[in-house]
This record gives sequence, structure tokens and C-alpha cells, in this order.
Amino acid sequence: MAILTKEEAKKIVDKVLAYSKADEMSVSLSGNRTGNIRYARNSVSTSGESDNLSLSVTAVYGKRSGTATINEFDDASLEKTVRRAEEIARLAPENPEYMPMLGQQNYPDSKTYAESTAKIDPEFRASAAFDSIDPCRKKNLTAAGYMEDTTGFTSIGNSKGNFGYNRATGVDFSITVRTDDGLGSGYANPDANDVSKINFKATTEVAMGKALASAKARALEPGKYTVILEPTASVELLQNMMRSMDARNADEGRSFLSKKGGGTRLGEKLFDERVTIISDPMNEELPLSPFGGGGGGGRFGGGGGDGLPQEKRTWIENGVVKNMYYSRYWADKKGVQPIPAPGGFILQGGTQSLADLIKSTEKGILVTRFWYIRAVDPQTQLYTGLTRDGTFYIENGQIKFPVKNFRFNESPVIMLNNLEAMGKPVRAGGNLIPPMKIRDFTFTSLSDAV
Amino acid sequence: MQRRDFIQLSGLGIGSLLTAGVPIVGYSASPEYLRDLSTGEMGIDTAGKKQLSDVALNAAKSKGATYADVRIGRYLNQFMFTREKQVQNIVNTESFGVGVRVIANGTWGFAATSDVTPDGIAKCANTAVAIAKANAKLQKEPVQLAPQKGVGEVTWKTPIKKNAFEIPVQEKIDLLMNVNGEAMKNGAAFVTSNLFFVNEQKYFASTDGSYIDQDVHRIWPTFTISAVDRASGKFKTRDALSSPMGMGYEYLDGLNTEKIKAPNGLIGYRYAYDMVEDAALGAKQAKEKLTAKSVQPGKYDLVLDPNHLGLTIHESVGHPTELDRVLGYEANYAGTSFATLDKWKSKNFNYGSKLVNIMADKTQVGSLGAVGYDDEGVPCKQWNLIKDGILVNYQAIRDQAAILGEKESNGCCYADNWDSVQFQRMPNVSLQPGSEKRSVFDMIKGVDKGIYIIGRGSYSIDQQRYNFQFGGQLFYEIKNGELVGMLDDVAYQSNTQEFWNSCSQLCDQDDYRTFGSFFDGKGQPSQVSAVSHGSATTRFNGVNVINTGRKI
Repeated sequence: MAILTKEEAKKIVDKVLAYSKADEMSVSLSGNRTGNIRYARNSVSTSGESDNLSLSVTAVYGKRSGTATINEFDDASLEKTVRRAEEIARLAPENPEYMPMLGQQNYPDSKTYAESTAKIDPEFRASAAFDSIDPCRKKNLTAAGYMEDTTGFTSIGNSKGNFGYNRATGVDFSITVRTDDGLGSGYANPDANDVSKINFKATTEVAMGKALASAKARALEPGKYTVILEPTASVELLQNMMRSMDARNADEGRSFLSKKGGGTRLGEKLFDERVTIISDPMNEELPLSPFGGGGGGGRFGGGGGDGLPQEKRTWIENGVVKNMYYSRYWADKKGVQPIPAPGGFILQGGTQSLADLIKSTEKGILVTRFWYIRAVDPQTQLYTGLTRDGTFYIENGQIKFPVKNFRFNESPVIMLNNLEAMGKPVRAGGNLIPPMKIRDFTFTSLSDAV
Repeated sequence: MQRRDFIQLSGLGIGSLLTAGVPIVGYSASPEYLRDLSTGEMGIDTAGKKQLSDVALNAAKSKGATYADVRIGRYLNQFMFTREKQVQNIVNTESFGVGVRVIANGTWGFAATSDVTPDGIAKCANTAVAIAKANAKLQKEPVQLAPQKGVGEVTWKTPIKKNAFEIPVQEKIDLLMNVNGEAMKNGAAFVTSNLFFVNEQKYFASTDGSYIDQDVHRIWPTFTISAVDRASGKFKTRDALSSPMGMGYEYLDGLNTEKIKAPNGLIGYRYAYDMVEDAALGAKQAKEKLTAKSVQPGKYDLVLDPNHLGLTIHESVGHPTELDRVLGYEANYAGTSFATLDKWKSKNFNYGSKLVNIMADKTQVGSLGAVGYDDEGVPCKQWNLIKDGILVNYQAIRDQAAILGEKESNGCCYADNWDSVQFQRMPNVSLQPGSEKRSVFDMIKGVDKGIYIIGRGSYSIDQQRYNFQFGGQLFYEIKNGELVGMLDDVAYQSNTQEFWNSCSQLCDQDDYRTFGSFFDGKGQPSQVSAVSHGSATTRFNGVNVINTGRKI
């Protein structure tokens, strides 16, 4: 019920728009079915599934807008919701930054939907949990994990004739394995649109391997080290930087992309020349919604809900800032094309494997995960956080021993200047990220945490 | 079911406070509709809720549940977002439904529905029992529920003087425009300001014989001011020094009697907040930050204001003493805890110095945690977590009490909505003020080389809560007993046990205030909760301070 076809969705959207008495009206109809299973201490703790179908109507009079939502779809309810949105709009304060709605847009057909994920049922989730818990029980290890699957659609339409529809599925699986004595801990966190790309047992075995290998860690002095960052470690730092590429903030002088004396650093080389970051909704490994704010909740969103099409875009090319995102208001003010923020990005890497990167390292630290990352200084994109769930010392191309966790204070901007090598990108946290070797990474203290 | 959206705040300016955005649960509604629901002019009366609850409890029992509770919840939110001269967004939402939790075959089951009719509720109770029975097959040990005597038919309401939902929207916009104007007049380049109002109307009933009707109110006014120096390309921000409270709109009355004076014209706010005054001061301070001296790293004695120390308490005492974390239930997400059961059993684990007395409570008037009964019908109370520096207890709910050898729950169970299952959440966790008379002026006089830190800044702590790093909003250098000027690029790093053992002096009750966190996250799927942390200004000796300045 929650997943409507394009035709079913269009029928409802058109019906709502027909009730409109406002200057402009937009409709967003979305539905999803999401299920989860959670376990800890080698037992399932909670599991559930919920359906969700709801319609949101925005009415606009001049520069005043109002939004009402409903989850009933009979004619009377739909009309009542339109009237309610109109009433809220009339009473709302004027928004001087309001931009008229977009006319018909062209949205590409991206492959965000996989039948294998849409078919997931409670038995599938239970067996995934079993595949993860069972090998841990057998090895006297303790598993805590969480799997969440979502199947959803979003349809948008407005009184200027625009219409869009997208279906999407997604699975997020995370597993933490700890040794019985609490001295070792390992983690893995794959995500995919298509659940057949996730092997729950094999993923758990990766976390088990890290748990066993990380036990009895030795303390190294904090300081500057060459590090190899697995994608699960670097993704959040890179994501934070990518989320700070808003042009308005930069123009206003409060971004790492603000220029001394005014303006932005668009066109400047800020990173190592091997750094190229793009986004592409049509990428096979990382399909994304073709319009901003589309599909199955926040997970598949990106770029706000005004319906700008997502296209292949280059954000950083050979170390040079090529694009920043512009809201429609700010683009209009600056006389440029509006650009929505991407729903996910691709850091183009090389061809080497993680093992190759380790083999070519004389002395360094392998970081498998960072945790509790928080902004320290937005001006320099300085972040702090800690290593977690498996950190290892590398010497002469080999992993020698596990080391105690470190706190770091580092900026992804500095990191991408201190680049030594990159491997083949893999999916991490809804992006494609290569393993990276970085020199002079700043660890500032030690932690006893396992 | 309901929409659960997150408003991303990076563009709305309070990104420094929240990383995941502001969670919005429920359907859009008009302010007038919320007002009528909040004042009880609309909605189901208590007798109606009792009847519906009995339907759920009877249905669950008839299907074989040995225990059942039902929560009929109406959750009202009004969130307002402005920048400079304009209103960016006003979010009004209502979420209404029922959640049923049962024990069948010794196992928990939970289900929720927005179909609040006798049929819908009975069906929901049946589903909860079916889920419990299905999960029982994987269960190793049956749930042991600490007994709770039924409390009969009772009510509780946050003691508010002004219901924020009754205050006209225009009056609130006028306040925020006044705040923004005052900030701009005093040198702000940009300012965003926000008001958050929450009203939780919760009816709880259980097979223990409790029928509890509660009306809970919370408020959070805040802003972020930016100062920009175009020539040098530098920018600095200063966030509001308000605290989210379990109060009504009267928190914004700004009464002089609730202001606590501190050096350099600084003002601490207790049970009332003067938002316009703080904005004017904030703009001047944000500008001053642009030219403040960069800190020399090293060991300093820290004088920590309650509006700063609250977050350090939250992260380094609040979270590690959550029993579910200690036991490993949160291992895959938030992590576990260094405060293990063996440390507690030893009865001599020095969490902090002898001065450190930290209490958990769900009763302090004006606090975010205060309610009459928790979300599993346990009357609220206060208890010691750390007594004279020793770890003496944890935060535990009904199905955890037995693990500690206790006969009753601490009463700190909470669900953030009717459709989420209740679990152990942090009560207020507060450092008790000192018994000797001492103001912040007195305290600073005794410090030779130190830093006075005010406000909530950057924060990060490891998954077992040993190693942490905190920033702040304002930093002042202390030399030979006097404040000598503002500092920048300050963060302190320490280890929880080392830090609390370096606690050397406390201000007294007159300086005591609460800090709060409005959207504390925990669990998978994640739930939010609101919690306060009280303290007086407190001194910590010889803490490691780093310099966070960088060039890119």
C-alpha cells in the first residue's frame, strides 16, 4: 500500500492541485516501508516494521507560504488539507527570499530501486541477524548489530506543471563484535540499494577479524603519523567538508571557502591535484534520486525539496574548487545557475587495494573507523574525534600490532593536501570513497577505550 | 504512521549545536489548532483515555500477556527559525497515537498505531503480543520486571505560568526580530534565532493498576551570532547562553532576580532568560573574538561556568552511568562504558575528588527531566550516582533493577513518541554545589594561571567515556586572580577519572543553574530526549589545554 506506482501517485497529485485556490501550490507525496532488527549480547533486542504514506501540500499567496500534511486519501480529506495549507499560508509572515515554483523539469531515470530489497520480510531480517550472531557465538565473541531496510517512493508536483517520481530502496547494516574479555572490538558498516550486495556473514567475519586482531593494544605516543584511512573512517570527515560547500555562506564570509577581502574561493586550487570529487545520480554503484529531497525519507534526499534536477557535477577537479551549491534565491541574487547539494559524492581514487597501500608503507597507522567527530573550527574545517574498533601499527609494509585508540584534531582540507596515495573507491555511508594514505595526520592524545 | 523528518540546520545557522539536525515528528498543523489542543479545549478527555487503555490492557491479557502497558500520546511542537530581519520557517506539528508494550512468554513485544479507536487499539495490543511470542523463541533469559504498585488514577503537569502555545505567533516573531536587531546593532554580521516549544500529553496505563495523565512542557530559546572580518577573512560565532528548560513562556520574562552577575559584565541566567540582553552582549563578544589572543597550550586551572560544565557532566558522568550501556546493549552505536559493574561493586572507585557529589533526579522543578511518573509508571525520585567522589549507583529501569540487586526501578524510562518503545534514558544528572559560601568572583581570585570558560562549544568523547575534548563559547585568561582578556582557539582534553579527581573548588547554591540538552540521541532507531544538568561554577586544577588554531 505504501509504495504507489508513478501513475497512482500522479493521479493523487493532480487531484490535489485541482483543488487549489492559491497563487501557487506544490505537492509532495511519499511512502515507505521500513523494517529493522537490532541485537546485542548475541540476542535480538528489538525488531519492527512500519508503513508510512503521507502527503504534504504547500500553498503560496505572494510570498507567504503554508504547509499541511495528511495520511488519508479520500477526496474530502485531500480537499480539507488543501484548504488548511491555504489558511496557514494566509496567516504566515512574508518570506522575502521566496522563489516562484519551477516549471516542468527533466529528471533522469536513476536506478535507486532494487526488487531484492523491496522483498525483505521479518524472516529475512531474522536470518540476517542469525548469520551475524551465530559465527560470533561459536567463537566466544559478542555481537551487537543493527540492520534497517527501506523501500520507498517520492512524487512531487506543482501548479506550474512540474512532476517527478522516484522509487528507491536502501539497506544499512552495522555490526560491532567484541571479544569476551572486552579487550578487542571490530566493526563493519556496509550500505547498498540492493541487499544482494551485502553478505551478512562475511561482513560479520570482517568485524570478528578486527575484534580478535585489535585485542591487547599497545600504546604509541600521540603525534603526527602517516595514516591509512579505510573508507569507513574517512567518510564522515569528507562528508562534513562537502556539506560546507554552500555558496551563500562563503559569500557571507563565514565558510572555509570564503576569500580574504570578500568573495569565494571558487576556481582556486585548495587540494592535492589528484583530488577530484564528483556526484552523479546515474552511477551504477551509487544511484541517487534525480531531484532534490526525493524518495523514502531523508536517506535518499539531497539538496532541499524544491525539485531542482540532480545532474552529474564536478565539485573539485584536480584539486581545484569547480562548483559550490547555490540555493535558488542566492543564485538569482548572484546571477548564476542554482545548484542543489548532492545526495552523495564520489571521491575518485586509484586502482590499488587497501592491502597494496599497507604494503607500500614503511611506518604508519591503519585506521579502520573514526568516532564522535565534531567540528572544532568551521573556518579551517578542523574536526576532533577518536579512532575506534581496530587501530594498527604498520612497519615495513606489514601490520605489526594493534595500538590504543587516539584522539585526532585534523581538517579534511589539510588531509587532502597531505595525500600520499589512494586506492579503489568503495561505497561508504552513501558515498564512494577510496582508502587513502595521508602523511602528517595529527593525533593529540591517547584513549583507553576499546 | 507518522512522518519523521529532520530539518538540517547547517543553512539555518545552529549547526554548531546539533549535528543531525532538528527532529520533527508529526503532521503540520496551524498554531491555533495546537493552542486549542494544548489548553485542553480539544482532544480526548481523561475518562475516554481510560476506557481506550482498558481495551488495550484487556486485549493483551486475553492473548496471554503477563504484563501490559499502554501510552496514549499527543505530542505538540512549535519551532520557529529566523535570520536577521526575516522569518525563515515556522514548524507546527501534532502527532497522536498509541503504543502498547507487553510481556508474553517472558519476552517484550511492542506495537503502535495512529488508529486510536477501540478496534485499532485492540488490534495493536494483539500485534504486540504476537511480536513478543515470536521474539521469545530467540530469547535466552526471561525479562525480570521490578514490581511496581499501581498508583491509581493520578495527574501531573509541568508547573508552568504561561503556556507557550497560547502566546500569539506574532508576539514570538516580534521577540526574535528584537533579538536579531539588537545583535546587528551591536556589531553582528549575521544572526539566526530560534524558539522551540514542546508539549507532551501522555496518558499511561498498565496492568499494575496505574492510570497516569501527564502534561509536560518544555522551552528552548537560542541564537547564533556571527562576526566577520572581511579584510582578514576571519569569522567567529557566539551562541546564546540560554538553557532549555521544563518551563512555560515565563522563562523569557528575563527577571533581574534570576540573573547571576559574573566578571567582565557576564551574566548567568537561572530560571528566567533575557534573550535581548544576551544578544546585545553576544554580538559584542563575537566581535571581540575576532581579535582575541590565541591560547598558549599547556596546563591551566579551569573555572567552568554551569552553562559550560553541564555538557561535560552529560558526556562524562551521564552517559557512562547508563546501565544499558554498561551491560553492552548500546555497543553497536553509542558504545559501552568504563564505569563497569566491578568498579561499582568495589565501593571504592574514585570517580572524582571528595568534593564531587553527583545526583540523578527526575523531580527538580524547572528541569527538562522533571515529570511525576516515568514512561513505565514509576513515580519519579532522586538518587546518588557519585557520593563523596565514589561511584555508588547507575541509572536503571524496571527490567534492569534486578541486575543491581535492587527491588525497584529508578524511574528513568522514556520514549520520545507514542510510536517508539520506551527504554532507559538519562534523568537530570547534576553536580551538587559546595556548602561553603563562594561566588565566582571569590573563585577567580584564588587562581594564578587559569581559564574561565562559558557556554557550550565543540564536544567529543570516546565510546567508553574515558578521553574527552571540550571547547566553549567564551574563554577568558586568568592571571594572578584576575581576568586579563579574552582567549581564542581553546579546547581542553582530559580523561574522565583524572578530570573529576582534579575538581578542587565549588561555588555555592546561589550560583547553581541548569544547563540542558534538548535533543540527546540514543538507540537504533535513534530516539531523542531532553535532559538538564545543574551545577555551580566549579574549579578543576591542572587540565591540559590545546590550541585548535590552524591554517588552510
